[in-house]
Amino acid sequence: MNAAPLVLDSLTVARGDRVLFERLDLRIAPGEVLHLQGRNGAGKTSLLEVLAGLRTPEAGRFSGPEPEQLHWIGHKNALHPALSAVENLAAWCGLHGADTAGIPAALDRLQLKAARQRPVRTLSTGQKRRSALARLLLQRRPWWLLDEPLAGLDVEGAALLAGLLAEHCAAGGGAVVTSHQALPEEHLPVRHWSLR
Amino acid sequence: MSLPRALGAVVGRELRLAARAPAEAAQPLLFYALVVALFPLGVAPNEPSLPVYAPALVWIAALLASLMTLERVFRNDYEDGSLEQLALAPLPLPLSVLAKLAAHWLLGGLPLVLAAPLLAAGLGLDAAAGRALTLALLLGTPTLVLLGGFAAALTVGLPRAGVLLPILVLPMLSPVLIFGAGAARAAAQGLDPTAPLYFLAALLALSLTLVPFAAAAALRNALEG
Repeated sequence: MNAAPLVLDSLTVARGDRVLFERLDLRIAPGEVLHLQGRNGAGKTSLLEVLAGLRTPEAGRFSGPEPEQLHWIGHKNALHPALSAVENLAAWCGLHGADTAGIPAALDRLQLKAARQRPVRTLSTGQKRRSALARLLLQRRPWWLLDEPLAGLDVEGAALLAGLLAEHCAAGGGAVVTSHQALPEEHLPVRHWSLR
Repeated sequence: MSLPRALGAVVGRELRLAARAPAEAAQPLLFYALVVALFPLGVAPNEPSLPVYAPALVWIAALLASLMTLERVFRNDYEDGSLEQLALAPLPLPLSVLAKLAAHWLLGGLPLVLAAPLLAAGLGLDAAAGRALTLALLLGTPTLVLLGGFAAALTVGLPRAGVLLPILVLPMLSPVLIFGAGAARAAAQGLDPTAPLYFLAALLALSLTLVPFAAAAALRNALEG
């Protein structure tokens, strides 16, 4: 995987009239996980949205990946409650040009067993999160932007995600993760970075 | 990216969702048929002026029926995060919008068109007027869905858009109502309905080319809210 680094050059991000942070310089290289920290309302999600291309910065320059080079898993799971995890992922595959044959293996990897055929509305928070994270495995993309991926995951699930991140970084990919919980750091090249 | 597959995925998802909740999907058609069926009960038996009002009645019922489910077109996707995935997909967002609205018309607009000949006959319209009414609905209902979809995209970020949506969209929809009912009225009077039908086709062409881009811009704006 040849991933270009994410470079933030004097970036200012606002939400409505409120400036969240000003003149931010940051370089994120592939092969590492950037753990984005900060108090509630500091602008972690907004920064991640800028990196994903969902939000335009107020000022400054940002060079980053094209949308097809990144996986975005927001704090919302993007799963329709009336459809099963498999159906949701199949629709996603169709939209993004991924192969649906990878869905069972991805859900196996995230240890979602019988629950995968049930409507998402009947799943637990953690099971929904696992279904959403299965997208990371459906298509290889160099950058993973994950907003609170550990929310709702149990200890086993968190270890699972750490394993995925470690493999991803070893293969030359990079990730930016916001989380209020500590990431399991064994074998994981984590860099902590705090948003004032 | 394969364009047909991506478009098929968007349309297929909408159809699958409708199949999961058939009662909800049948709501507009039921409302439309009920309004048209109940109206004659409220007027005097054998009222000779019923066919005169029939085109306006069918059109108002169709207009309100197509607005019923429009608020939800983008709202569910906005609330559950699917809209972010749609915005980041290789399929351009205006095309995704068009695919969603096309699915919406198939489910909520086409049934109204197909039921029109039956309702026209029931209201005492002659064959020519019934044909003109059906053709006008075929040209007009997609415009209703497109313009309603644009208003739904504009209000998607607002917590309660229920009242705002009709107020926003009704002024834009009034030309469709005027020409749509006008076509059937002209045919009922033995005149040529071609001119109002051309106006409806022009409105459709205009909204078909402009709405996807405007709605996509409104949705991107809502994501930055």
